[in-house]
Amino acid sequence: MERAKLDYLKNKALEIRKMTIEEIGTLGVGHIGGAMSVVEILTLLYFDRMRVDSQNPRMEDRDQLVLSKGHAGPTLYATLALKGFFPMDWLSTLNQGGTHLPSHCDRNQTPGIDMTTGSLGQGFSAAVGIALGLRLDKKPSHVYTIIGDGESDEGQVWEAALFAAHQRLSNLVALTDYNKQQLDGFTKDIEDLDDLPAKWKAFGWFVQRVDGHDIAALDGAIQQALDQGERPSMIIMDTIKGKGCSFAEGLVSNHNMSFTMDQAREAIAALEAGRE
Amino acid sequence: MANESKEMRLAYAETLVELGATNKNIVVLEADLMRATGTGLFQKAYPDRFFNTGVAEANMVGVASGLSSTGKIPFAATFACFASRRVFDQFFLSANYARLNVKLVGTDPGVTAAYNGGTHMPFEDLALMRVIPRLTIVEPSDPRSCAALVRASAETYGCVYLRIPRKAVPYLYPENEKFQFGKAKLLKKGSDVAFVALGSLMVNEALRASEILAQEGIRAAVLDVLTLKPLDTGAIVALAQECPVLISAENHQIIGGLGSAVAELLAETGYRGKFARVGIQDEFGEVGTQDYLVKRFGLDAETLVRRAKSLR
Repeated sequence: MERAKLDYLKNKALEIRKMTIEEIGTLGVGHIGGAMSVVEILTLLYFDRMRVDSQNPRMEDRDQLVLSKGHAGPTLYATLALKGFFPMDWLSTLNQGGTHLPSHCDRNQTPGIDMTTGSLGQGFSAAVGIALGLRLDKKPSHVYTIIGDGESDEGQVWEAALFAAHQRLSNLVALTDYNKQQLDGFTKDIEDLDDLPAKWKAFGWFVQRVDGHDIAALDGAIQQALDQGERPSMIIMDTIKGKGCSFAEGLVSNHNMSFTMDQAREAIAALEAGRE
Repeated sequence: MANESKEMRLAYAETLVELGATNKNIVVLEADLMRATGTGLFQKAYPDRFFNTGVAEANMVGVASGLSSTGKIPFAATFACFASRRVFDQFFLSANYARLNVKLVGTDPGVTAAYNGGTHMPFEDLALMRVIPRLTIVEPSDPRSCAALVRASAETYGCVYLRIPRKAVPYLYPENEKFQFGKAKLLKKGSDVAFVALGSLMVNEALRASEILAQEGIRAAVLDVLTLKPLDTGAIVALAQECPVLISAENHQIIGGLGSAVAELLAETGYRGKFARVGIQDEFGEVGTQDYLVKRFGLDAETLVRRAKSLR
């Protein structure tokens, strides 16, 4: 990736990270941990990789994203707002009665949301169905889906994994947000995923593993996923839960936590101070 | 008489093939029960629009939801026990809550599961489905109503649960009969007793009960409900105004299904007559022939007759 593009995307990622902290901070409670770990991938997808139109969210032939770990919705909302899908001031309405931005993604509430998610494992199957439908119509579109590592405990994920491989859905690029933590603690202590890439390989997927906070590495992996053209692709992103949010990163209990607007401002200031 | 009955699964599968010829968006999903459901006909006709997800019902409903979001009209079938209990969350959220267009078919309802036994015998699928907001729930009573309601499902946007036995059942309606969601059919008039029945098994038992009662001079009406939700409240209230005795009849738990829906309606509309619910009396299923189970669980015409007389 060229330097200028990388700088542009890094700046966008910084913006989205700050916006997401403020968005959840305005409410005072939320899934900050898993929201921070998907900032880079969502930035890359919406500001470079995906063919989308903020003025025509249901544009035919668009690329689609199913955020199967639907609790990371706030990051996607910040991304979509920055991209112009809806007014920025919607972000301060997160989870308030009558909002267009519910905690978990809802295709009927928010412009730019392609599928309703929240009950873990279900979005992944839906993404497979979307990829199948688009292929049936010979659409050039790609379908991206992001699942959590905790979500990978769900049996439905593996049902869908077998099916997508059997159908050779090469228009599907899945990503695992492998931040090594789930709600109750570290994945290795709750339900060890052990050799996750080997599992996906065994299920017949094209598997890569990259640093999920390295935009250039993510971009390279997506390019390879699209180029191979034979199988569904799984990119396992090594990430950090709470990444870049000073009061949350490193906490075991950062899955869903309360914090004050003061804490949010401090975290945002810290991010700005570290800006290149 | 030739052609006096037909396999319901054949009515289902043939209608899909017919629909698929003109509507390229019709897609069919199975979870390794294609041979049971009979949708091999569709697979043969349109192999690219048929998907077998293997023994993975949750994924089948999720994939159907995804297909629906791309404009496809998925018909996904499995035994009714799995279509309800096993994939309730998937059908509830990915399909219904997401306001998509998924047609879920539950076969072998209630005692028609027969030799598959209690593990496969859904007495609760309608109760589960009824609480899903805006879901259309239909149980056709003969091959023609089956075909018509499958067609209506394809033509109407929104999720539908179709409860269909697989076996051959008698024709009740002529070829040109029209059916629509939310409309019951009065199969037999009567002013002493009203049987409000759902599904081919119970509608036929109610018709037989009506004949038995007629021999004793008791005139029993039979209403074929066809759509459990939205319920044809007008037709039921009209019957209730005419008949001092009203009995619901379902191949399902009396809790949460037709009997409950009718009781709610009667209570709210000030019915002053007598009312009973014939159906499964809060029991689990068990194995046996369908004929044995119909008697074992008191779904037969004789039970309907006894209940009707006891209320008069």
